Amino acid sequence: MTSRFLTGVLSAATAASLVVTLTACGGTTKNDSSSAGSGGAQSTAQADPNAATKEGVKMAFLPKQLNNPYSDIEVGGGKTALDELKGEYKLVGPNDASASSQVSYINTLIQQQQDVIGIAANDPNAVCPSLNQARSSGIKVVAFDSDAAKDCRDVFINQATTEGIGEQLAKMASELAGGSGEIAILSATPNATNQNAWIEVFKQQLAKPEYANLKLVKVAYGNDDDQKSFQEAQGLLQSYPNLKAIVAPTTVGIAAAARYISSSAYKGKVAVTGLGTPNQMREYVKDGTVTKFALWNPADIGYLAAYAGVALASNQITGVEGQKFKAGKLGEYTIGKDGEIVLGPPTVFDASNIDQYNF
Amino acid sequence: MSDKGNRPAWLSRLASWDAAVIVITVVVLLIASGAVENFGSSRNFTFLLLDLLPIALIALPMTFVIVTGEIDLSVASTLGLTSAVMGDLWNRGLSIETIIPLCLVLGAVLGALNGFFVTVLKLPSLAVTIGTLALYRGLAFVVLGDSAVADFPRSYTSWVTGTIDGGPIPNVLIPLVVLAVVFGLALHATPVGRAVFAAGAGEQAARFAGIRVGRLKFWLYVVSGLIAGLAGVLWTLRYSSARADNGLGMELAVVAAVLLGGVSIFGGKGTLPGVLAGVVLLATLQNALRLQDVSNEALNVVTGVLLIISVLLPNIITKSRAAVQRRRKRSLASPTPESGALAGVK
Repeated sequence: MTSRFLTGVLSAATAASLVVTLTACGGTTKNDSSSAGSGGAQSTAQADPNAATKEGVKMAFLPKQLNNPYSDIEVGGGKTALDELKGEYKLVGPNDASASSQVSYINTLIQQQQDVIGIAANDPNAVCPSLNQARSSGIKVVAFDSDAAKDCRDVFINQATTEGIGEQLAKMASELAGGSGEIAILSATPNATNQNAWIEVFKQQLAKPEYANLKLVKVAYGNDDDQKSFQEAQGLLQSYPNLKAIVAPTTVGIAAAARYISSSAYKGKVAVTGLGTPNQMREYVKDGTVTKFALWNPADIGYLAAYAGVALASNQITGVEGQKFKAGKLGEYTIGKDGEIVLGPPTVFDASNIDQYNF
Repeated sequence: MSDKGNRPAWLSRLASWDAAVIVITVVVLLIASGAVENFGSSRNFTFLLLDLLPIALIALPMTFVIVTGEIDLSVASTLGLTSAVMGDLWNRGLSIETIIPLCLVLGAVLGALNGFFVTVLKLPSLAVTIGTLALYRGLAFVVLGDSAVADFPRSYTSWVTGTIDGGPIPNVLIPLVVLAVVFGLALHATPVGRAVFAAGAGEQAARFAGIRVGRLKFWLYVVSGLIAGLAGVLWTLRYSSARADNGLGMELAVVAAVLLGGVSIFGGKGTLPGVLAGVVLLATLQNALRLQDVSNEALNVVTGVLLIISVLLPNIITKSRAAVQRRRKRSLASPTPESGALAGVK
């Protein structure tokens, strides 16, 4: 009996692979398939910048994952904007940030006939077929924070450009080090894409004449682990006693470095700066360990996404480069290349403004 | 006396949990079509079928595995590893027609490893497959890391996301229906199926009856891995995205659907139509509740409650039925009412 079972299984497997091989007409490999992307619906409609702003626009936000403090603030900004615009705000999303978990939510939003979907894509391609189905049924798609493939959304709200962040980091490091001396970077992991891009710009900036007296002595990695980052900060000060500033372009790293410095003899002598959230850094700003640091304001990302979404739904813009629209308190924005809208330079937080922010 | 005689029959009809689930599923489908806006649209029907496909596929061999009294928790990780390998091989320039059979073989090999640990080394399947759940998922991240491979040939990806003649039925339903019929017949109309039930009901007895339980279980794990590999291939093509985190956590949905469909977690009991109804019921509830804007947390609570009910209720029914039967036997042997009542309590 079991041997019959065995042969059954084997023949089934063989048959399956045969079918697969036979249905294939020749070998399709990566090189001969020019089918990357899925050729999204290109907007053919003309934009009318003077069109009236529609009221009652139904916009749904689909962050990477629900109940994440960061994305809660982002979509909170979206809600503020939709209240201003008299639109209908909705928030949906998966519990996990895996690649394809957003797809069934997009499908649901299509069924519910939303006007705009604002999405922070977990995987730029996995959401593509669904987003294009949404677009072909007349829904506008605004990617924010984390882009979807560019042929399946109308616009992308980028929190900041890589250049903008790298330049801001170099500027703060130079100011805090007094224009000269040794500085070090405390990053996340050696292969974190965005961190490395910022560090690359940072290094290019240091080659400029105005930063000639700054010396980058080391890039350390705390793996975005609090304890490891703490130890790395400690290690940097032991190896480089003349260090003027630690620049941590990661929220975990900057908080760990600040915590170490605030409780050590280096407080007031070695500056800590980089990218962090106001709530995390407030006590170190108050106790004088940290003078200034930067981050984009996540609420503004959602706010801008909602204004862009309503502008799309009102047909004031279609997502083509050079089109302009107004975004409430943030002022006027122009759509850049590939439908990208950059929020602006990162916000710099210091003792004078930190209490205005709660995230 | 006459109403006492009726009670076990009434109980046994209720105990046919799988039949009840089929009825409940049909009722829920009808209610949702009538009451939930947009649920009945043909496009939503397509989405529903596409969403339940991987769970339904993997639930087929899982039914066999659980009926024998074992479990395979590594299926979603097998799916993820297959997907990651698929992406890696595609990046290396192999043709998709070579990659797909290789991925199926990989799935079978991963299943065979589970089978080896469970049947040759005689380790508990729960422990083994929790281990390989972590191991296979870990390997998937070793193979592909955080990156995603997306440029699979359009002809394949559009077949997987497409529908028959542009209607509401997805193309991928064809292999699912074929496999469901094959697995259903194998479980309910062949010696293999009888051996599976026998092994689940009592391994020693099955051995004495000449069933090579170890070999049977080994091959069930191989098939489980093979189907998980197939689900991995279809998943990757559906989302045009080979990623190491594909199908993360799906093993729970599969086990929930199988148990909801009336398969006993202790083995020996269950039907494939019941399981498919369980899959459809879970997917329908998810879909309909989402359309009603029910929050994720509430959705999880619903799934959890259903899972607990489906484990508890059949168990309570069997126990109370056994108690009733015991009481009847006792009362036949010695008509003292006290002893009967005591036996019932025990």
